[in-house]
Amino acid sequence: MILAITTIALLVAMALTLVRAILGPSIFDRILAVNSFGTKIVLFLGVYGFLTGRPEFLDIALLYTLISFISTLAVLRFFDSGVLITNKDEQSS
Amino acid sequence: MWDLILLYTSNVSLILGSFLSLSLGLGLIRFPDFYSRMHAAGVADTLCAGLIVFGLSLQSGFNLVTLKLYLILLFIWFTSPTSSFTLANTAYRAGHGVDKTSEEESSSKS
Amino acid sequence: MMMRDLFAIVMLFGIYSLLSAAIFVTLDAVDVAFTEAAVGAGISTILVLSTLALTSSEEKPPQHKFFLPLLVVLITGTALVFGTLDMPDFADPNAPVHQHVAPRYIHDSFQETGLPNIVTSVLASYRGYDTMGEVVVIFTAGIAVSLLLTSVRHKRNEPGNLKDLGHHPIILYVSQLMIPLILLFALYVQFHGDFGPGGGFQAGVIFAAGFILYAMIIGIDKIRETFSSACLRWLAVTGVVLYISVGIVTLLLGGEFLNYNVIAEDPVEGQHWGIFLVELGVGITVTATMLGLFLTFSEVKRSQ
Repeated sequence: MILAITTIALLVAMALTLVRAILGPSIFDRILAVNSFGTKIVLFLGVYGFLTGRPEFLDIALLYTLISFISTLAVLRFFDSGVLITNKDEQSS
Repeated sequence: MWDLILLYTSNVSLILGSFLSLSLGLGLIRFPDFYSRMHAAGVADTLCAGLIVFGLSLQSGFNLVTLKLYLILLFIWFTSPTSSFTLANTAYRAGHGVDKTSEEESSSKS
Repeated sequence: MMMRDLFAIVMLFGIYSLLSAAIFVTLDAVDVAFTEAAVGAGISTILVLSTLALTSSEEKPPQHKFFLPLLVVLITGTALVFGTLDMPDFADPNAPVHQHVAPRYIHDSFQETGLPNIVTSVLASYRGYDTMGEVVVIFTAGIAVSLLLTSVRHKRNEPGNLKDLGHHPIILYVSQLMIPLILLFALYVQFHGDFGPGGGFQAGVIFAAGFILYAMIIGIDKIRETFSSACLRWLAVTGVVLYISVGIVTLLLGGEFLNYNVIAEDPVEGQHWGIFLVELGVGITVTATMLGLFLTFSEVKRSQ
């Protein structure tokens, strides 16, 4: 019962985050929305696993924490310097 | 008796966590500025995750599932603040929402 | 409302893949959700970003009006939805899909292969040919990309100055903490695929993601020293050759191609060995191809 409430709360939060991702006037708002969407999905997978009695979903949650971290850093790196790998000769220009 | 205490603690913790996540959703929509939205997201990513995982782990006993839950919490606590910091840093250096005149005033005063 | 900023589109694609993974989880398909989360939401975003670095970041305005394509999409979509009305209900036990092959897998998989995870046993043993085809397809994709993109090698580069994003102490420190954990988790997924969700594909993607994080944040020199292009190509070939040679060994031992029962005296033990080696081959090829794709994309000089 309480788990169902938590699931619904997380789903509502995810929907609101999606709205921000579509609306967000700047690109940073969208990156922020994607990042928190990722964390919310991780929590949702944990709670849903407990709700249905199948804790195997925790592996997916663990995986997605790491993957969203790498993705966010890649996106920010790309936004910062235009490429994902910076070389010294490109930085001096 | 002990089970009942565990159950109540975990329920309270889950309810608090869901309240925090609702406040995150609301905050993302209603706050006027990027940096204030990031504050809402940062609170939710760390405290809400901690409360929910703590509540879940009290319900599952002392086995591998609890260990995985705490691993997830550890990874979230390591990576989410770093992502927030990187995002804020990049946004600030790209000049997003920074008022140029107030910067000049503060640098001339110091 | 129509967005042309390709960067924002990449972000929204990430959310879309993640939603698909969540839908798969609620449909009880855990392995598929695992693969979708790892590949769709993670590696695809990074690879598309590397491609964006080579092209412009705004989509060109379309040459023609959008009415005709919209009409085609609407008609096709309606036809497809109309087609699904005839499908049996979700999880109906009398559906044809559940009558012929599926009961045999569900009843006999544990006795024949000894693995609790039916998805892995179907993927690696019952449908071994298909998985071999998939590995060869991934390998071919990697080769095609490295053939198409001739890379102009940059000079040996030193780490940039402190203003650069990747060299802020916090990010460096946390990345140095996370990278061994990511690689360890990839090993866990590879070898635990028999008992839980996992397997070769997901593990290969996570391995590549760990190395990509290293290359982005700490520096690409060490990655290039460890994994030169020739080394990556050899690794990709090794994975495919490992897979095919398992089949050839079973041929030589008297059974059919990829019939693992003949590898050891006990058929179940033979299945274990066959599935282990085959998944290892898949993991190696996927790692090498993903890493090779990323490094090829990121080292091509943007045409000025």
